[in-house]
Amino acid sequence: MIAAELDVPLVEARGIRKTFGALVANDVEVFELRGGEIHALLGENGAGKSTLSKILYGYYRPDAGDIIVEGKKVSIASPRDARALGIGMVFQTFTLIPAFSVFENIILFLQDLPFVIKDGVIRQRIEDFEARFGFSVNLDAIAGRLSAGEQQQVEILKQLLAGARILILDEPTKVLTPQESQGLFKSMEALRAAGYSIVFISHKLSEVLSCANRITVMRHGRIAGQLKDDEATEAGLLSLMFGTIANPEEPRGRDHRPRISRSPVLELRSVTCAAGTGGVTLWDISLKVNEGEIVGIAGISGNGQRELSDLILGLNKPLRGQKLLWGEDASKWGAAKTREHGAAFIADDPAAFSSIASLTVRENLALGTGKTYYSRVGLQWAKLDKEMKSAFARFGFPRPPFEAVAANLSGGNLQRMVLTREISRDPGLIVALYPTRGLDVQSANAVRDALIEMRNKGAALLVVSEELEELFMLSDRLAVLTEGRLIAEFEPSQYNAEMVGSWMVRAPEMLSAA
Amino acid sequence: MTAALLAGVVSSAILSAVSLVYAGLGELVSERAGIVNLGVEGLMLIGASVGFAATAATGSPYLGIAAAALASTLANGLFAYVVIGRKANQLASGLTLMFFGIGVSALAGKPFIGDIIQGLPRIPVLGLPFDVLTYLTVPLAVLLWWLLFRTRWGLALRATGESPAVAFAAGKRPEMLQYQAVLIGGCLAGIGGGHLSIALTRTWAEEMTAGRGFIAIALVIFAKWNPLLVIPAALLFGAAEALQLQLQAAGINLSPFILSMVPYLLTLCILAFWGWRRQTAAPAGLGRTFLGVE
Amino acid sequence: MPHNALAIAFPIAGTKAGRAVATALIALAVFGLLLAAAGKDPFRAYLDTLAYVFGNAYGFSELLVRMVPLMLTATAVALPARIGLINVGGEGQLYMGALFATGGAIAFPEQPSFVLLPLMTLLGFAGGGLWALLPGLLRAARLVNETISTLLLNYVAPLIVSYLIFGPWRSSESAAYPESTAFSDAARLPAFFHTRIHAGLLFGIVCLALFSFFMAKSRWGLEMRAIGGNPEAARRLGIPVFRYTVAVMAIAGGVAGLAGMSEVSAIQGRLVMGLSPGYGFAGFLVAWLAGTSAWGIAFMSFLFAIIASAGDILQFTQGVPYAVINVLMAIVLFIVLGQRQSRRAPR
Repeated sequence: MIAAELDVPLVEARGIRKTFGALVANDVEVFELRGGEIHALLGENGAGKSTLSKILYGYYRPDAGDIIVEGKKVSIASPRDARALGIGMVFQTFTLIPAFSVFENIILFLQDLPFVIKDGVIRQRIEDFEARFGFSVNLDAIAGRLSAGEQQQVEILKQLLAGARILILDEPTKVLTPQESQGLFKSMEALRAAGYSIVFISHKLSEVLSCANRITVMRHGRIAGQLKDDEATEAGLLSLMFGTIANPEEPRGRDHRPRISRSPVLELRSVTCAAGTGGVTLWDISLKVNEGEIVGIAGISGNGQRELSDLILGLNKPLRGQKLLWGEDASKWGAAKTREHGAAFIADDPAAFSSIASLTVRENLALGTGKTYYSRVGLQWAKLDKEMKSAFARFGFPRPPFEAVAANLSGGNLQRMVLTREISRDPGLIVALYPTRGLDVQSANAVRDALIEMRNKGAALLVVSEELEELFMLSDRLAVLTEGRLIAEFEPSQYNAEMVGSWMVRAPEMLSAA
Repeated sequence: MTAALLAGVVSSAILSAVSLVYAGLGELVSERAGIVNLGVEGLMLIGASVGFAATAATGSPYLGIAAAALASTLANGLFAYVVIGRKANQLASGLTLMFFGIGVSALAGKPFIGDIIQGLPRIPVLGLPFDVLTYLTVPLAVLLWWLLFRTRWGLALRATGESPAVAFAAGKRPEMLQYQAVLIGGCLAGIGGGHLSIALTRTWAEEMTAGRGFIAIALVIFAKWNPLLVIPAALLFGAAEALQLQLQAAGINLSPFILSMVPYLLTLCILAFWGWRRQTAAPAGLGRTFLGVE
Repeated sequence: MPHNALAIAFPIAGTKAGRAVATALIALAVFGLLLAAAGKDPFRAYLDTLAYVFGNAYGFSELLVRMVPLMLTATAVALPARIGLINVGGEGQLYMGALFATGGAIAFPEQPSFVLLPLMTLLGFAGGGLWALLPGLLRAARLVNETISTLLLNYVAPLIVSYLIFGPWRSSESAAYPESTAFSDAARLPAFFHTRIHAGLLFGIVCLALFSFFMAKSRWGLEMRAIGGNPEAARRLGIPVFRYTVAVMAIAGGVAGLAGMSEVSAIQGRLVMGLSPGYGFAGFLVAWLAGTSAWGIAFMSFLFAIIASAGDILQFTQGVPYAVINVLMAIVLFIVLGQRQSRRAPR
C-alpha cells in the first residue's frame, strides 16, 4: 500500500451536475480527494452529499462533469466499475446477505476468488486486515445476527478486501453506539495512516471536527466551503451549513393568545418503545400535546420520527412508560381503536401509507372513517358523496373526480384527499409526519393552512417536519428528536434556525440536562 | 422379527426412497437459487415414462436412465425459460409443468403399458443388494454439498437465492446461475423418475409417481436445504410402510396412512417453530412466492 | 421484445375480456397445430368437439358437470388472492369437504333428503373450511406462509380419506376397490333432466355470484380490496388484517369443500380414493388465468371444461389419447405465462 503524495489529488470531481426532475441535487465545481486523508462531507439533509458520493461510486451517472482518478479521466458506469478503480462505499442500509456468514459475505465480493474456496489462505488475509485496522468481527458469525456496528465492520472489510483504496462512508455513526463510533474513528485513523483515503459523510459537527483532516461543507447541492481541520470551528461550520439567517418574524396565521393550560389530548410519560428491525428505538419520551396547540418535532429524518407516529397511532406499543389519550391509558390500543377515538394521521408518503392506489378516490374516502359510511352490508355512497363534497369545498381544495383511481392523482392532490378525509371527521388529535414533503408550493401551503385551521378549532396537533421554516410557522412549541430521544424544547421567541439546527446535529449524550 | 425380515424391510425402504433423494436433491439446488418448482411431479413422470420406453426399446437400462435425464431436463427447460426469462409466476408455471408431465408421460408410456423389463441390475457391493443409482446417492449428496458450500459457483448460486440484487452487485450473473440450477434440478428429477420405473417396479403405469414429486418438495424443507440431510429425510418420508410392518410385528397396529402423514405434519411443525423463533433456513429469495410471512 | 405482444397485435387484448378471448384463441390455434403435427385433422376435431359439446344434450351436460368443481376450486383460490394470499390447497380442502359430508351421509342414512342434504352441505363447507383455517391462522400469526402450509396439507387430507376408506368406513360389498359404504338415495344430490347435471352447479353459480357481489359492493369487499392493494396502509387505516386473513382462508376452504361434497354426493355416491383428478390445482390455474374475477372464472372454467370434453370425444373419433389434453393445456398455459408480466392481482 503506497501512500500517495499528499499534494496530488487521488480523485477529482469537476463540474459535476446532477438533477432529478426539477431538483438540482448537485452543482459541484471542484471536489478533490487526496491519498492518506480523512475528508469529511458535511451538510444538512438534502445538501447533496449522498448524491455526490453515489456518483463517485457509480450508482448515479452525472448529467455533466468529469471524474478524474490519478490524473486519468474515467467513466464510472456502475459500482463494479468503481470497485475496479479502487473506490468503495458503505451505505446507510447494508447490503449484506443475512443468512451468510461474515466470511461468505466478504468473499462474495473478492475479485480473485478461486473456483475451489481455499478457506485458510483467504481467512488469513481477512484476519490481517482486521488486525491492522482494529476490526474485531468473528468470521464465522451469521451476518443477520450481528449488531449494526459489527455489520458495518463487515461492509468495510468487504470493500477493503475487494480492493478499495478510497472508502466512502455514508453517515456511518448513525447506527453506532458511542463506543462503537470511537472504535470506528480509530480504524479510520489507522486506514488513513496506511495511505487509504476516506470520505466521511456526516451531519454531526462534533465528529467531523474531531476526526477529519479536511472538511467540505455542502449546501443546496453546491460546495459552500472547504476548510482544513485546523481552520475549522463549530461556528464557522454552522454558518457555512445554514447560511445567514434572517430574524424570524411573527409567523403568519398565528394568534398571540397567551398560553393557558388546556386539557392534554396526548400524553407520553417516559415511554420507551422498541423498534422493529432496522428501526430506531425511542427512549424515555415525555411529551404533552394539549387541545388547540401545535407541537412541532424537528430533526433529521431517520431519528425516530416514524416510530414516534407509529407509537402514537397504536401501531407499536410502549415497552415502558405510559401513553394517554384524552386522559385514558391508551398504551394497549390498536390502530382501529385510536382512530375511532378521534385520532387522524397525515403521512409523508400518502401513496404508500394512507391511501390505496388501486382503489378509487371515493373508495379511499370511505376507508379509514371508521364505520361512518358503512351500512349493514354495503356503503352509504350518497351520504359520503355529499359530506365529502362539502368538506372539499370547506377547505377550498379542488375536488378530484370521485371515480378517479387514486394511482392517477398527483402527490399534491393525493395528500389533499387524505387531508380532507382525515379532517372531515373533526379529529381531536392529528399526527402529521412530513405532511408537505414532495408537494408543490400551492399544495404545501394548503396543507399548512388546513392544519392551522384545525388548531384554531381546538384540535391537538403533532407535526413532524425537516423544514425549520415550516415548523417555525406552525408550532406553538418545538422539540428536537435525535436518535430516539426528545431534547431541547423551544418557545416561539427562541425560534432561530441556527440555534435549532445546531441542536439537530448534536449527539444527545453530549448534552447536559436538556 | 427375524434379521432377514428386518433386512428386507429396510432394503425396500431404501429402494423406495432413492427416487425421492434424486428429486429432492434436484429441487434443493433449484430452490437454493431461489426458484421453487411445483412441477417436480411432472418431471418425475416424464423421466419414468421416457426412461421405461427407452429401456424397453433398446434393452439397455443405462440408456434408459440417460434418456430419462435428458427428457426431463428439456421439459424443465420450458419451465426455466418461462420463469427466469419471462419472469412468470413460479407457482402457476410449476403447476403447468405438472400437468404437462402427466400428459407427456401418458403419451410416451402408452405403447409400453404392461411391458416388463429387465431393468437396472442389482449389483452386490459389500453385501448390499442395490442398483448403481442407489449407491450413487451418497456420493451425489456429498458432491452437491461440496459444490454448494466449497466452491465459488456454489457461493454465487446461494447468493442468488438469497438476494439476486446483492449477487448482481457483486458481479455475478443471477439469471445464468438460476438457469444452471433449474436444469440440474430437471436432470436429477428425471433420474429419480427413471429409477422408479427402471429399477424399482420395472413397469410403467400412468401417474405412477403418486405424489412423490410433492414429497420431494416437502423433504427439501425438512432437510433445511442441506444436501447431506436429504437422504435421512427421504428415508423418513418414504419409510412409512416399512415402519408400519415393523410396528405391526411389535404388536402395534397403526395404519400406514397415518404413518405417512407424520412427515408432512412434522414439516409443518418445524416451519411453525422456525416462524415463531423468527429464524428460517430457507433461501431468502424464495420469499413471498413460497415461504415469507410478512 | 414487446412488453405484451398480444396487446400490440390485438389492441382489444389490453382489456380483461380481450385477454380472455385471446387466451381462448391461442388455445384453439395451438390445439390445431399439435393435432396437425400428430397427423390428425384439426378441423374435423373442432367440428366433432362442437357437435358433442353444443349439439348434443348429453355432451353439454357433461360440460357443465365438469365445470362445477373447477368453478368452486377456482373461487377458493380467487378469494384469498384478493387479499394477497396464495391458496394452493384446493385439493386437500376438497377432500376434507368430501370426508365430512360422507360422515354425515353415513351417520344418518335414514334421514330424508331435505334434512340430509343441507346437513351434508354444511358439513362439506365446514370440512374444507377447517382445513384452510389452520393455514390461515398460521399466516395471520406470521408463523408459516400459506402457500407451503396449504401445499403440505394437500397430502395429509387424502391420507385421512384413505385411512377411513380402508378402515372404519369400508364398504362391506365390494372387495376389489376400496371405497366407503354407498350413500343412501337421500344423500345424493338430485340431478336434472336425466343428465348428470346436479345441484352442485347451483353451488358454483351461487358462490361465484356471492363472491362477485361481496367484493364489489359490500363493506367487507372494500376492506379486502384495500388489504390486497396496500396491506401497510390498510393496517394504518385500522382494518383488522388478522381477522380477515383467518376468515377469508376459512371461507375459501369451505367453498372448495363444497366441491368435494358435490363430487361424493352427486357423482360418486360414496367416498373413494381418487376423488379429484387435480381439480384443486386446475382451479388454481383457472383462477390465475381469470385474473381472479368472477366472470373470468366462469369463462375459464368453461374453457377448461370444453378442452376436457374435447379430450373425451377425440378419444373416440380420432383415436387421440386423453393424455394429449394435458399436454395441450400445458403448452397453452406456458405460452400465456410467457406473455404476462407482473399484474395488478396480488401474487
